Amino acid sequence: MFSSTMFASILPEILLLLLGMVILIVEPFWKEEKRRNVGWLTAGGLIASIFISLAFAQPGEPTSALGGMIRFDWFGFFFKMLFMFAGAMTALLMMDHQRLGARGEAYLLLLASLIGMNLMAVSSDLIMLFLSIETASIPLYVLAGFMLGDDRSTEAGFKYLLFGILATTVMLYGFSLVFGFSGTTNLYQLAEMFRVGAITPLAAFGILALILVGLGFKAAFVPFHFWAPDVYEGAPTPVAGFLSTASKAAGYAVLLRLFLVAFPNPSLSAPWTLTLAIIAALSMVVGNLLALPQTNIKRLLAYSSIAHTGYTLIGVVAFTQLGAASVIFYLAAYILTNLLAFGVAMAFSQATGLENLEDYAGLSRRSPLLGLMMLSAFLSLTGMPPFGGFVAKVVVFAAGIQAGYTWLVIIGVLTSVVGAYYYLNALKFVYLRRMPGEDEASHPIPLSRPYALALVALTIGVILIGTIFAPWFNWADAGALNLF
Amino acid sequence: MNFISAHFLSLILFVPSLVAVVMLFLPKDETKLLRWFAFGASLIPLLLSLSVWFQFKAFAPGFQFQERYDWYEAINSSVHLGVDGLSLTMVLLTTLLTPLAILASFSVAEKVKAYMMLFLFLETGMLGVFMSLDLLVFFVFWEVGLVPMYFLINQWGSANRNYASMKFLIYTMGGSLGLLLAIQLLGVLFGTFDLLALTQRWTSLDPDSTLLGMSVSQVKAIAFWAFVIAFAIKVPVWPFHTWLPDAHTEAPTAGSMILAGVLLKLGAYGFLRLILPLYPFEAKIFAGALAFLATAAIVFGAFASFAQTDFKRLVAYSSVNHMGFVVLGIAAAGLASGTNDATIALDGAVLQMFNHGLSAAGMFFLVGVIYERTHTRNLEEYGGLFPLVPVYGGILIFTSFASLGLPGLNGFISEFLVVRGVWPIFTVYTAISMLGLLFTGAYVLKALKNVLHGPMNEHWAHGEHKLTEINAREILVMTPLMVLILWIGVYPAWILDVINKAMMMLY
Amino acid sequence: MDFPVLSIITFTPIVAALIMLAMPANRKNEVRAVALASASFALILSAWVYFNYNQTAAGYQFIEKYDWLPALGVSLHFGVDGISAPLVLLTGVVMFTGVLISWGDDNPHVMAGIQDRPREFFAFLFILAWGVFGVFVSLDLFMLIFFYEIAVFPMYLLIVIWGWSVTREYAAMKLTLYLLIGSVIALVGALAMYIVQYQNTGALTFDMLKMESAGFSQSFQIIWFLPVFLGFAVLGGIWPLHNWSPDGHVAAPTAVSMFHAGVLMKLGAFAALRVGIMLLPEGAKYWQWLIMAFAAIAVVYGAYIAFVQMDFKYMVGFSSVSHMGLVMLGFATLNRDGLLGSGLQMFSHGAMTALFFAVVGMIYDRAHTRQIPELGGMSKVMPFAAVGFIIGGLVSMGMPLFSGFVAEFPIFMGVWREHWLVAVVCSISIVITAAYIMRNIRQVFFGDLPEKFQGHITDITFLDKVALTTLCLFMIVIGLFPKFMAPMVQTGVDYVLRLLGGS
Repeated sequence: MFSSTMFASILPEILLLLLGMVILIVEPFWKEEKRRNVGWLTAGGLIASIFISLAFAQPGEPTSALGGMIRFDWFGFFFKMLFMFAGAMTALLMMDHQRLGARGEAYLLLLASLIGMNLMAVSSDLIMLFLSIETASIPLYVLAGFMLGDDRSTEAGFKYLLFGILATTVMLYGFSLVFGFSGTTNLYQLAEMFRVGAITPLAAFGILALILVGLGFKAAFVPFHFWAPDVYEGAPTPVAGFLSTASKAAGYAVLLRLFLVAFPNPSLSAPWTLTLAIIAALSMVVGNLLALPQTNIKRLLAYSSIAHTGYTLIGVVAFTQLGAASVIFYLAAYILTNLLAFGVAMAFSQATGLENLEDYAGLSRRSPLLGLMMLSAFLSLTGMPPFGGFVAKVVVFAAGIQAGYTWLVIIGVLTSVVGAYYYLNALKFVYLRRMPGEDEASHPIPLSRPYALALVALTIGVILIGTIFAPWFNWADAGALNLF
Repeated sequence: MNFISAHFLSLILFVPSLVAVVMLFLPKDETKLLRWFAFGASLIPLLLSLSVWFQFKAFAPGFQFQERYDWYEAINSSVHLGVDGLSLTMVLLTTLLTPLAILASFSVAEKVKAYMMLFLFLETGMLGVFMSLDLLVFFVFWEVGLVPMYFLINQWGSANRNYASMKFLIYTMGGSLGLLLAIQLLGVLFGTFDLLALTQRWTSLDPDSTLLGMSVSQVKAIAFWAFVIAFAIKVPVWPFHTWLPDAHTEAPTAGSMILAGVLLKLGAYGFLRLILPLYPFEAKIFAGALAFLATAAIVFGAFASFAQTDFKRLVAYSSVNHMGFVVLGIAAAGLASGTNDATIALDGAVLQMFNHGLSAAGMFFLVGVIYERTHTRNLEEYGGLFPLVPVYGGILIFTSFASLGLPGLNGFISEFLVVRGVWPIFTVYTAISMLGLLFTGAYVLKALKNVLHGPMNEHWAHGEHKLTEINAREILVMTPLMVLILWIGVYPAWILDVINKAMMMLY
Repeated sequence: MDFPVLSIITFTPIVAALIMLAMPANRKNEVRAVALASASFALILSAWVYFNYNQTAAGYQFIEKYDWLPALGVSLHFGVDGISAPLVLLTGVVMFTGVLISWGDDNPHVMAGIQDRPREFFAFLFILAWGVFGVFVSLDLFMLIFFYEIAVFPMYLLIVIWGWSVTREYAAMKLTLYLLIGSVIALVGALAMYIVQYQNTGALTFDMLKMESAGFSQSFQIIWFLPVFLGFAVLGGIWPLHNWSPDGHVAAPTAVSMFHAGVLMKLGAFAALRVGIMLLPEGAKYWQWLIMAFAAIAVVYGAYIAFVQMDFKYMVGFSSVSHMGLVMLGFATLNRDGLLGSGLQMFSHGAMTALFFAVVGMIYDRAHTRQIPELGGMSKVMPFAAVGFIIGGLVSMGMPLFSGFVAEFPIFMGVWREHWLVAVVCSISIVITAAYIMRNIRQVFFGDLPEKFQGHITDITFLDKVALTTLCLFMIVIGLFPKFMAPMVQTGVDYVLRLLGGS
């Protein structure tokens, strides 16, 4: 029963669990004022886990593990590494948060959620999938509403919880239908059932629609996006950043595996991909248009993240290896970029307590470094080289065109121009406008060490992905290969 | 020495420009140095062109002193220089008038350096037109001459200079636009700009074939008119002459000398060098129209001149009148190319170009001399100045008579030749233009009367306004002109021979 | 190959930008010195490339190729041909002069040039230059677009931060959005080409040299030519998509206007040629009439609008539209003469318009107005700038013996081959140009110095003079000796003609 492969396949999760235990043990011994060091521990532990996993748990040929519950392959592994990196960065960003920084349980919840996400990326069984989704979600419900005294945070937590439960329920209903029709919960067996035509296309379409509701909620695409702006705005900013990146990517990981592996039936794909394409188009259009009038930076990023969901979806719609690779690559670039954007917003509101766009006036004079970082993040979101967003967009668009979805790509490029408007508009405040009183020199923005470390790491990452893109793409491509 | 004899033309052509570039590095406050430097430099082309003149073999056919340098290989254009009797005459006129004009501008006190440099660049531009045997290079120099002239008028001109210089520029550029387009057309059609090759291939085109979707005759007609308008504006042929009085009047003295003396000849030269050889057929068809315009220029020019009260304007219009004879001769040659009459008419036309160069330059200079002293050009405000400035008066009378066509002076010879040659060809037009000639006498005499004779305007006799006599430098300017006027008037053969041979060989 | 000169040229600006960003913000002169040193370095190297380009061998030279993303067939593939080598040189020249002009004069009475945050200014400007060099030398479609986008976005910041305070926000946004729309549409076309060439040949590559023989079907070319060509040509200022350009030029600070009109517009034209015409020749032939019509309208309309401008900088901006129209016109002829002229015109216009904007900037910095009627007599206080502007004006008018003539003449010859009416109509622009240039020279530089300027307007600095001289030198040398550039462009054009089927 027990084999080294089995161990390797869940080594990252084991490490996370160990890390969580260490935190539980160590945290009470730290004094109140030193307790934020848990953040260092978490981040360090996560980075160490990444390296350990890379060293010992790299997957070879895709195999089933744990009795078919999970799939041990590059696709899942790459996502795991991404999640853990995002987790490490989030931990660093949490450290100086007034309400989260010194609370050990916040880091613990983060780790718990990460375990869930990691399992989401590798689940190959519907039961496992559902369990991992819940494992990932529940800690996040708590984290979103973590600031109990704060109305908006409480509202965010509740909203997220209610929407989440609703969506998950619908998805669960879809899962049960799958089992009812096919008698199996294993994705790879399901694929076989489809291939022999055990499930009628119409039924499959219905099932997929139900499942899509659940995943759509996770990934926040139109029309399941309503929770996102409110939750992002209300939740503690590091949590919002995490929600908009890792959590979203986890949704995509499931989406890709589920749709590409389990439902590859050609007779199904035409109407199904069209549905997805329409959702992608709507996400891009709605996200970008609604982002235009935003004045709060977190709401702006929320809507922009909805738009980015749409771009990512183009790669899914393509239903090709290039498409899958492009999705993974896009998510990698997007996670770094959006974390950077939220990180800058966090650092800024940490120092000033403000989060409206006009408050960013004079930022580049108050802190040239922070200004440049915001520049990198926003230009990457716009899709400008030499930042990651550019290459990611190009690859996604290439996949779309290859699959014949030129109209979708055209919508994509045009909405990205709309995106350029509000991103550049935000940068205008940073670089052009002056603070009231034009006295930026006496209002510097200090960057604490965790912030500086996280932001610099993210900036370098964003630029690396945008310039030396071969290694990242090769990994994404290797992952995509596992799905076919 | 070898180098010089192998590169006569390019030396004549480029020495002024090179000198101008050198002047860039001279101190700009040393006005005296600048003036003499420019003057001295402008004598070099004169000496060289005299040397060319004496070495020139009038009887040899074709172009002499040819030189060819690659210029714009990508479109097959090269700097191909060469002179025949026609162009050599014009080169001599140019190199002669430029030093005189520079000498005449010693009274210019402002921005001397820029002024002298522009003048030298101008000389290169004018010489280039006369020497080029490549259509594109011809055009290059044709256009380049405009710029210094524009700035000379605009910077050193009199009150209304902005208007006049702009009008000059737009008219001539507008005119040369057609020329540019036609040259492009030729270049596209034949892949070469070499004048000799072009002439041959252009005239031997099969008239029934089509080019660029048009019949050959259409293309030729279009190109012909494009050329004609460009040159007609420059000459200027009535009714394209309206820029001329303004430009001449507002230009500084030396500018007017060069304008009237050389620049107008560029147009006439274009007719002779390009239009007649390239479009013999069209020239024949449209010769009547051209002759009509020329006659109109002669008559209206004379009338307009007579009506002026501004001395300089009067002289300016006289140019329209005189150049009319040149065009008339050309028109006749176009109609009856190859006949003896046509050759005589052309001889007259070319000589008239040379003569008008001398007399018009002289007249403008003399107007300038008196204007510098009185600061008015209004004929009404002069009067009876002869006793005050007898030497000036004498020179003015002499030059005016040359302009009027007094036998014994150069104007008579050329106008007579033109009339003699044209008479059998365009009898009626000739008769009418004789009427114009009559008025030439009238306006010249009117000017003389108003300036020199009649009751003396006491204003100029005393005090601070006392008119001073023409000075030695100014006489020095006039001397070569007067010598040549008289010499050609008495013994025209030395120049007419060269011209006549050229005309016989050309047409 | 032994010496990777093109990558050194391309990456010099970005390295310099990073160095500058790492320097302390208050060491303005040190930052400027770094900028000048690296710009000179890039200029010297680009001149070296220019003069060492082997014209008899022709084709792409100084080739470097490194796999960048083999999975998708992306490589860093650099090389220059007869058309891009002059443009690389031009970029070097404009970069060098742009730095000189921006050095300015920090005399508190003058405050010319860039005095606010020069570190960021030069860094962004150099990022822009990085993109520009990259586009000119890239032989890989992906990298070409990569660099193309890099050249677009710093523009926004440069205009919005250091631009003319009245219109900068509007103009910068307008410019960026226009260019982005163009470039993303072109991107879609490029990706379509990429995919189709994969389907045709089975090789997944962005290499443009391979794409030239990818066997795109005629209908494919006809469909995608317009998006690709026009998408890039937006940056080339093609009518009717030129609207961003005058606003952008006017709002931009001097060095950026120089860069933008001088080099960036060429970027659009170059990419339109390289990707649009060279990779989709059949499409080019099919749509030739449309491009020619657009270009012809741009030429005449641009000149006319420039003629009626009262704002000095707007005048120059619209004149750029007109002159870039000539470049497009040359492209549209698809024949030897027209393309040759366009290649030369790109360089000529680049140097000329950089000079124009430089002089306009010098005047505005000192007089604080650009209204032509309010100016006058500038030649009295800044004679050097006046002479420079006059030379630029003569180039702009297409005056022989200056580079403008050498460039425009073949363009018109090319147009004659295609349609006589277009040649005749476009030639009107020459007279209009002469009229407005001469009128403005007279009004701005001559006449009397208005009373309000007397006393406090200073002459331009020594560095300004060096910059103007450099630019003038190129325009005159090319005008006097077309041999300096024409044969080289010719080799590039011959290559294009082969792709077009030797027409």
